[in-house]
Amino acid sequence: MLKYTLKRVLLLIPTIIGITLFIYLIMSLVPGDPVEMLSPLEATFEEKEALRAELGLDKPILVQYANYMWNVLHGDFGVSWFTKQPVINEISNRMPYTLTLGVLSTLIASLISIPLGTLTAVKHNSLPDYAITFLCLLLAAMPGFWLGLLLQIYLSLQAGWFPAYGVGTMQHYVLPVIAVCAASVATNIRSTRTWVLDVIRSDYVRTARAKGASEIIVIMKHALRNALLPIVTGFGSSFAMVLGSSVVIETVFAIPGTSTYLTSAVKTRDMPIIMGCILVISIFVGIVNLLVDLTYSVIDPRVKYE
Amino acid sequence: MNTQNVAAASSTKAGQPFRPSKKGRFKLIWKRYRRNKLAMLGMVVLLALLAAVFSAPLYLDYQEAITQHIVDAFAKPGSDGHIFGTDQLGRDLLARIIYGGRITLGAGLATVALSFVGGVALGGIAGYFGGKVDNIVMRLCDMLMAIPGTMLAMALVAALGAGLDKLLISLAIVQIPSSARTVRAAIMNLRNSEFIEAARCYGTGSGRIIAKHLLPNILGPLIVTTFMHLGSIILCIAAMGFLGIGVQAPTPEWGSIISENQSNIRYYPYLGLIPGLFIMISVLSLNFIGDGLRDALDPKMKN
Repeated sequence: MLKYTLKRVLLLIPTIIGITLFIYLIMSLVPGDPVEMLSPLEATFEEKEALRAELGLDKPILVQYANYMWNVLHGDFGVSWFTKQPVINEISNRMPYTLTLGVLSTLIASLISIPLGTLTAVKHNSLPDYAITFLCLLLAAMPGFWLGLLLQIYLSLQAGWFPAYGVGTMQHYVLPVIAVCAASVATNIRSTRTWVLDVIRSDYVRTARAKGASEIIVIMKHALRNALLPIVTGFGSSFAMVLGSSVVIETVFAIPGTSTYLTSAVKTRDMPIIMGCILVISIFVGIVNLLVDLTYSVIDPRVKYE
Repeated sequence: MNTQNVAAASSTKAGQPFRPSKKGRFKLIWKRYRRNKLAMLGMVVLLALLAAVFSAPLYLDYQEAITQHIVDAFAKPGSDGHIFGTDQLGRDLLARIIYGGRITLGAGLATVALSFVGGVALGGIAGYFGGKVDNIVMRLCDMLMAIPGTMLAMALVAALGAGLDKLLISLAIVQIPSSARTVRAAIMNLRNSEFIEAARCYGTGSGRIIAKHLLPNILGPLIVTTFMHLGSIILCIAAMGFLGIGVQAPTPEWGSIISENQSNIRYYPYLGLIPGLFIMISVLSLNFIGDGLRDALDPKMKN
């Protein structure tokens, strides 16, 4: 188990190198000189070259990349091209908000969708099934930012139940979490329904019923436990999905998280910030995927890691 | 569908009389598809939307969508000639939605086409050759799938530079790994089947085997996943438009229309509600079509 965990952590390294190198190469090969963009119009050639050397852009691409990664290993993610602030400070200040939103949303999405998904499977082709499935279809087709805006207008600006912007109390998170959750709740309910339906039709569930086990025991102990493995896999990927949809939701609710930082950096093409955000987020997604894989052996004793 | 028919035409030319006609198979799929009312509804709505949006220059001047008439600002929906009302600059919301749909839906279709081609090429190569090639391609795909698609697309747009074409390429790159995986898995299933072995015995080249024998057989799942992707790509394009990445003002795009009106939605809710409804209706129709196609192409998969 420990060996497997270690191996997986080590496997994260090539992934991160690959993704950052990919973005670095594209950025360097695309026309458009950052030095031209950053220096004032009246700057002389010498001034521009000095700036280029200062940014480290005068060296070959691969050397630049190696230098960047070496600095990252020492906790230095570089400074923003525009504000000259160290990227790592911003990210570590902002990451807690993004992670709170992401973890809360993933947890709440699971808490809603496992019971509802099981319910739709147990009572399939009944009124609750149709109602929930219909609701899921609507939620899955709704743009998250639009749902966020509607919640903001009707529940906070008009009804005044929740704060509309910013962070601070747990109440600030209610609306953003709903907006982020919606899409993953929809997909997770549908996948839970499919998997539980699959299990409910199996022979051992029929046997359990035949021996006289009560319906609750049959569902909780025999059906749900066996369906849990693929469901948990789904939740692993839903963490990445939640982080992806939090990009827009953070902007809607003015949450000072990593995503708003990334969004503003994308508009100005501030590469050190973009690289830093992508790097940190891919590490977190990798860790969550690893945790999901490790819970497999808890849920299903047949799964053993070498 | 078309490719299947083309394949059918060429195979009858090659002279295999006892093969069941593919035209019949197409009819059967259509018959099964037609029975699904939601899928039919989705198809009708989507076709109507596409027709309305892409024939727009025939009945509506683009200037209508971008010219400002401050005096007409915030006209209510239904008031003198503005069915959906006007925004804070007095631009007709309906005109902006119609021309915005050209960007959102058009960009969605283009992205899906790009990722379809890329996915088929990469997945086909990986699945057919296997071994080292497969390993390299799949590791690349894993790498791209390691971070949330929206964030990767944003980083790629930043690296490539602003513009709708760059946005398309970035979104396609984000989508390619998952379609490559679908293609690869399907091809791996078929790779060792007897008809491929037979084709190989005849001395058929790899390219021809992939194009003529493998691809037509995996077209079904491929089309279904493509339709499913199209919905999420449209949501992604709208989200990017909302953030102001890719499309520049005053070009209308469904997401950017909502973000332009964001500060006025509180007092004029229709400005945000209507464009959002259009996004939702298109995605919903696409999902219905995808579900219907899946059931029609492979009735066994329906639970």
